[in-house]
Amino acid sequence: MLEEKQMTQLKRILIENATLVEGMIAKSVKGLRDEDAHILRTVIEQDETKANDYEITIDELCVTTIARYQPNTKALRTILMALNISSGLERMADHAVTIAESGLYLIEHPIVKPLIDIPRMGEITISMLKDAITAFIDENPDLALKVCERDSSVDGLRNQIARELVSFMIEDPKTIERALQLSKIASNLERIADLATNIGEDVIYMVKGTVIKHHKDQV
Amino acid sequence: MEPEVKIKAEKVNFFYGKAHALKDINLDIYANQVTALIGPSGCGKSTFIRLLNRMNDLIPGARMEGRITMDGQDIFAPRTDVVNLRRRVGMVFQKPNPFPKSIFENIAYGLKLGGVRDRAFIEQRVIESLKKAAIYDEIKDRLHEGALMLSGGQQQRLCIARCIAVDPKVILFDEPCASLDPISTRKIEELILELKKDYTIAIVTHNMQQAARVSDYTAFLYLGSQIEFGPTQKLFTVPKEKMTEDYLSGRFG
Amino acid sequence: MNRTDSNSHSSGTFVGCVVGDSEYGKCTPPSPPPGLRGVILNAKWNKITEKLGFALLWLCMAFCLFFLGAILYFIVVRGAPAISWEFLTSVPRRAMTRGGVAPAIVGTFYLTLGAMLLAFPLGLASAIYLCEYSPKNVSVNIIRLSINNLAGVPSVVFGLFGLALFVKAFGFGVSILSGALTLGIMALPGIISASQEALTAVPQSYREASLALGASHWQTIKKVVLPSALPGILTGVILAVGRVAGETAPILFTAATFYTRDYPTSPLSEVMALPYHIYALMTEGTHPDEQTSIAYGCALILLAMVLAISGIAIIVRGRQRRSYGT
Repeated sequence: MLEEKQMTQLKRILIENATLVEGMIAKSVKGLRDEDAHILRTVIEQDETKANDYEITIDELCVTTIARYQPNTKALRTILMALNISSGLERMADHAVTIAESGLYLIEHPIVKPLIDIPRMGEITISMLKDAITAFIDENPDLALKVCERDSSVDGLRNQIARELVSFMIEDPKTIERALQLSKIASNLERIADLATNIGEDVIYMVKGTVIKHHKDQV
Repeated sequence: MEPEVKIKAEKVNFFYGKAHALKDINLDIYANQVTALIGPSGCGKSTFIRLLNRMNDLIPGARMEGRITMDGQDIFAPRTDVVNLRRRVGMVFQKPNPFPKSIFENIAYGLKLGGVRDRAFIEQRVIESLKKAAIYDEIKDRLHEGALMLSGGQQQRLCIARCIAVDPKVILFDEPCASLDPISTRKIEELILELKKDYTIAIVTHNMQQAARVSDYTAFLYLGSQIEFGPTQKLFTVPKEKMTEDYLSGRFG
Repeated sequence: MNRTDSNSHSSGTFVGCVVGDSEYGKCTPPSPPPGLRGVILNAKWNKITEKLGFALLWLCMAFCLFFLGAILYFIVVRGAPAISWEFLTSVPRRAMTRGGVAPAIVGTFYLTLGAMLLAFPLGLASAIYLCEYSPKNVSVNIIRLSINNLAGVPSVVFGLFGLALFVKAFGFGVSILSGALTLGIMALPGIISASQEALTAVPQSYREASLALGASHWQTIKKVVLPSALPGILTGVILAVGRVAGETAPILFTAATFYTRDYPTSPLSEVMALPYHIYALMTEGTHPDEQTSIAYGCALILLAMVLAISGIAIIVRGRQRRSYGT
């Protein structure tokens, strides 16, 4: 396969990109928990640019590989999924930046409640992303499936946080602004988890050729 | 880092008698890179490549205007030693053409031309060349059998080995896979990618996908004129000229 | 088997049944529609004409083989009695009725050798020039035409020419030298033609490959073109040898004589030759009974010589072919 070099390079860049995005999510949550404005600003000012650059690089690499080597079957699916994953990672990065921005606001103000669930959501989300990328690199559909299954626990946490925050807002209207920001953070984390699930579904398509998007129960 | 230019063609015009076969060609062949020439039949790509080792001298009524320099020296200057030029610039032809001699004698031919007599040295060179051409393992017990007994793909690799044996600086491929099956074609393409480390390569091909896979730079010729020349990556994804885009999308040719 | 039942089914022809009797009753194939009928008839006619054609060609070939066989038969049957070790090695005695024809054998050998020594290098070199070096224009065609015309000159005219030039003008006299030169010139066109054909048959791709490796034109010819053309050139030489050995008219005035006492001592001596000997025995022989069989014996020797040379050349060609893997 003449395109092997390209495929290896593509996978390498994707791993780098994913590592960056994982870091962005972790930093956003950590900065919020540790009230570290500096780390949050790093995410917003430096990491986002890098993430966008990665997306452009991966796009170019995929287009060039297709134009030069006309890959088909598995290699073609891999490249198309790589494009999907890349755009997913870019959106995850955007969400991480939103989380960081909300974090910056929240640090300036007194806390509404001790942060337990949000860091928990953050951990699960990051592990889902890690596993999804690993599943892609190792072409492991079982691992990918496990990622899809964890999505429901993230959804559960998000609903729980929402209920808690609503009760806080009813009790004390002065907390509404801050509670809404917290809610926004939880929503963004839940979106990131959804995007990680998409990656898992893509991996299963790439390896097995079956589309499981929208048909999770049938796998 | 810009690679160095090995062969430079400037304002090259070529005539077969009255026919104007090449019009104002300006190309750079970069060292240790693969440069491909593509275009529909009759566009002049074979004509151009045969200028680089002056094989067109054999055609009566052929006339060239312009300059072609290799390592800075004009290869068409009156005092150029054509024989020496052809040793530095080797050629692999469209149809494999091993001599009707043994495999060993085929490879040794070029060496013996140069007056090499040392039997041990010749043997060593022959084996080296066959290894570099990725054919040694297949024929190592048949070195003294006739070369014409080999399959088409093997014969072509033999011709490549024969070309390498005289240690050229540049290798020209004139549609080397045109008469081969897909598997042999792939082997030769992989071989070209290996050879690029040691030699400068120019390849003419009517198969544009082959050019896309194998080359670093591509020139698109049409009816004797140079339409576009640039890095393969750019040419195949964002060609500058509409004609290039039409040709690559299969709208003509 | 009771046919009545099946008969009641069949009312005429079945479509697609096998011709001939079957348990379903006699059936005939349906008659083809008018256009198709023409095609089928045509096919049958084609088969007949093809077989006829083959038979005719075979007959022609058999005809030729027959004559070849007849010649061989006559010569062998009539010449064999004359052959003996003495015949082959001793000089003629008693007015050509006893002894042998050894001097004639030797004479023929020298004449042929001399002719080849002249014709082969000259002919090959000319062919190489014409094929490889001369510019491809009208003059080449004129030269080629001239050579072919030379081949058509009657052999007796060559003899006269040899007489005038070598025997008289150069003063070589009637000798092996004159005879060989004359025969050589006669053999030239044949060798040039055959060599030319062999050289042009060498694929241009070999020459290109050689030149592309940095060979000069002459190196290419010497190392690639000539070895490859050798089988064809050798064929030309064989044919020429066969022709030259058996020619009578050119040596009539230039080399041959009816009787020499001994073997030839120098290129300037007269010589006996087999073809001439046959002619002389049959026309001027004094004792026709014995001499006729001697004549046939000479013919047999001549034939054997030519066949032997052909055989050797074929073997050499075969070896060349195998070693080059053609």
